[in-house]
Amino acid sequence: MSSSAKNRMLARAARDITPGMTVNLGIGLPTQVMAHVAADCPVCLHSENGIAGVGGLTAPGQEDRNLIDAGGGYITCAPGGSFFDSAVSFALVRGGRLDLTLLGAFEVAANGDLANWIIPGKSAAGVGGAIELAQKARRVGVLTTHTDKHGNPKILDRCTLPLTAMGCVNRIYTDMAVCDVEHDGLHLIELAEGVTLAEVRAATGALLIAPDGPIPTF
Amino acid sequence: MPVLDKSTDLTDAIAQIRDGARVMIGGFGVPGTPFTLIEELVRHGPKNLTIIKNDANEPGMGVDWLLSAGMVRRLITSHVGLNGNAVRMMNAGEIEVEFVAQGILAERIRAAGAGLKGFVTDIGIGTLLSEGKQTVEMDGATWLIEPALEADFALVHAARADTFGNLVYAATARNFNPLMAMAANCTIAEAETIVEIGGIDPDAVHTPAPFVDHLVALPEQLMEVYGVVQR
Repeated sequence: MSSSAKNRMLARAARDITPGMTVNLGIGLPTQVMAHVAADCPVCLHSENGIAGVGGLTAPGQEDRNLIDAGGGYITCAPGGSFFDSAVSFALVRGGRLDLTLLGAFEVAANGDLANWIIPGKSAAGVGGAIELAQKARRVGVLTTHTDKHGNPKILDRCTLPLTAMGCVNRIYTDMAVCDVEHDGLHLIELAEGVTLAEVRAATGALLIAPDGPIPTF
Repeated sequence: MPVLDKSTDLTDAIAQIRDGARVMIGGFGVPGTPFTLIEELVRHGPKNLTIIKNDANEPGMGVDWLLSAGMVRRLITSHVGLNGNAVRMMNAGEIEVEFVAQGILAERIRAAGAGLKGFVTDIGIGTLLSEGKQTVEMDGATWLIEPALEADFALVHAARADTFGNLVYAATARNFNPLMAMAANCTIAEAETIVEIGGIDPDAVHTPAPFVDHLVALPEQLMEVYGVVQR
């Protein structure tokens, strides 16, 4: 994925973060969406280690040893922010106070199933907070490269890896397209600039329902 | 009415922890990890411990000292991805690891501290983490029963304490500390600053003193590891 394609994807995902939302950005690519959210957009960023109101990454030399996000990066606390224990942090998640979470994926399926925590025999370091975020955020977006590093589709008809949560994903953002999970299947919503519908279909391991007429680009 | 002064010598506090003990350790990554208590636990050296902590810290830090010293039989945790040594020991069968979804780990600890036997949830239904768990039918659906998780000892890190053991945590160093302080038979707290009774506003207390058994004062100069996130 080129850096321009990645930035387009991050910026596209950031556009779905709207005023008033409480949002959790998963570790990795999703955390980088933060830099693309407009500075004047009133958003409350939650991190599961116990903060609502993540300001941003801390400038070098200004780190507070007691203030990190769930990915281990030093952060600042925004005005209006709060700290709480891990039970309260997940009460916020399970209790339906999280409007949106953006998560990474090993595999995501046309039925909304998500696999992002274990590759048996290869990677099994634990699930962290992913199950609860995926299962309980009001809206779940997945940010991923459209294919893996070998060119194999990451969007499949059904996941082959053990699931993080069933039927939890609403929208998928990739370097090639934006797709929505609906009851009747996976809908192509937008194409990345310069990418064709045929290219997206060839890189997707599931039936893709395309709109009639022109497809918007991002 | 006077209150007890719970200040305890570090060595005496940790010497109570015997072979086979179940020990909860606060912290999410570095913040809130009671490194001084852990270091003394390594020096004391009990074996076959069950360690309950959100993560396994990083190589050469905190929980990793216990793992490297061969003191841990079982680790109950949500994620060990930042400690390759823990992953290796798990894959080699040198330690047993039970993975628990992070918020479920917190709630199982909270439940024990609240005197409950467990709780009912749909978190993890349809995933590997539901395998082997008891279920119950409620409102026409199947739910998982998550048992409370208690321990013999809790080791916690506070920013401030009064001599009675009222605790205040700093920023994201709070995390699992207040939950664990409630869930163990014996709670040992280390504190960066200890003030006299009355030095903490009762409204500002995060962990009320009745949950704390022993209070260990940290030196003014903390070990370097308290300020180091290696990423």
